[in-house]
Amino acid sequence: MAQDTQQLAEAEKKEPAFGFGKEERQLLTDPLNDNNPITVQVLGICSALAVTSQVYPSLIMAVALIFVTSFSNLIISMLRNSIPGSIRMIVQLLVIAGLVQVVEIVLGAFAYSAYESLAVFIGLIITNCIVMGRLEAFAMANKPWRSFLDGLGNGIGYGVVLVAMAIVRELFGKGSFMGWKVMPDAYIANNLMVLPAASLFIIGIFIWIQRSLNPKLVDVS
Amino acid sequence: MDALNVFIKAAFIDNMILAYFLGMCSYLAVSKTVKTAFGLGLAVIFVLGITVPINWLLNTYILQDGAIVEGVNLVFLRLILFIAVIASMVQLVEMIIEKVSPSLYNSLGIFLPLITVNCSILGGSLFMVSREYEFGTSVSFGLGAGLGFFLAIVAIAAIREKLKTAAIPPALRGLGMAFILTGLMGLAFMSLMGIDPAAFN
Repeated sequence: MAQDTQQLAEAEKKEPAFGFGKEERQLLTDPLNDNNPITVQVLGICSALAVTSQVYPSLIMAVALIFVTSFSNLIISMLRNSIPGSIRMIVQLLVIAGLVQVVEIVLGAFAYSAYESLAVFIGLIITNCIVMGRLEAFAMANKPWRSFLDGLGNGIGYGVVLVAMAIVRELFGKGSFMGWKVMPDAYIANNLMVLPAASLFIIGIFIWIQRSLNPKLVDVS
Repeated sequence: MDALNVFIKAAFIDNMILAYFLGMCSYLAVSKTVKTAFGLGLAVIFVLGITVPINWLLNTYILQDGAIVEGVNLVFLRLILFIAVIASMVQLVEMIIEKVSPSLYNSLGIFLPLITVNCSILGGSLFMVSREYEFGTSVSFGLGAGLGFFLAIVAIAAIREKLKTAAIPPALRGLGMAFILTGLMGLAFMSLMGIDPAAFN
């Protein structure tokens, strides 16, 4: 009996239901650099690039994505033992689609201007590969709390790159930050930065900088 | 002639990849060799050509305000229904190809199921709704958007094959260079934006 409770206590110590130890912290910090969704995993480029010409819609997009990744990870992780393998993609998509629908309705009600400017890109969070990628890679094999943290970390890692890109693009493309004029009047706005193509150059340069600082990420092939 | 206009506009001017940056994930992941890029491009043309008209029918006859019963508006189900159609269509296409042509099935491999989460497929259906196409133009829009994806992915795959022997800084090799290249191609494609498709009539 005493041995039983001791074993139980040990198991509890190994994986507390809502603990926040070193591994949990790593789940949150890894996606910020070593395993960044955009610059390393190259997931979710699709719906992100077109919204980063201004800071405000990018912030909304980042918040929406953090919500969807963390809660879809949580829900799928709770359901993971009862989903039959053959239809798991459809189940995952339906959970994501339901959450995205919630985001779309909430945005339409409380932030209509952002809802208008983001338009189809909110709907496209469904097919944002980062959401489904984390479900497949993490939530299907881990407990709910840690899956939630993983989703949160990846959402934040994604959002940080998104907002950083938006700051660069809005600063040089429009000379402003969140709509306020920052650059002196003599600055002539660089229209290239407003074009969608510029976001690709900026991601390319981000990857270049990150890999120079962090050589273990360099492509060997 | 309307259908032809929409087709040309979807393929060249409103190119899914180079103008809207949809479908980037598979575009970057599958563009290492021309052969696989070609197979994926064909599959995307096929799936887009089927799902856009089907979603048009669903949207017009089931989802829209008062389409089934007066006063019932099911538009809030749009995303869920569209993605379910796409997932089941991809599954269906996979089964048909497996029965009819096992050799094509084997050469496509994993890329066939991956089309489900290709943003350009769902994007095609959502654009079809927001641009208010007719049934005929939605067919040509689906095919044109697919052709645009096909051209873009084959082009970048050919360039990346050549780049394998180029002297690029190690930190920029591979992914970083692919992004910058896509940006340059996007700039080049912008020159097509000045073309008015109505001039072809």
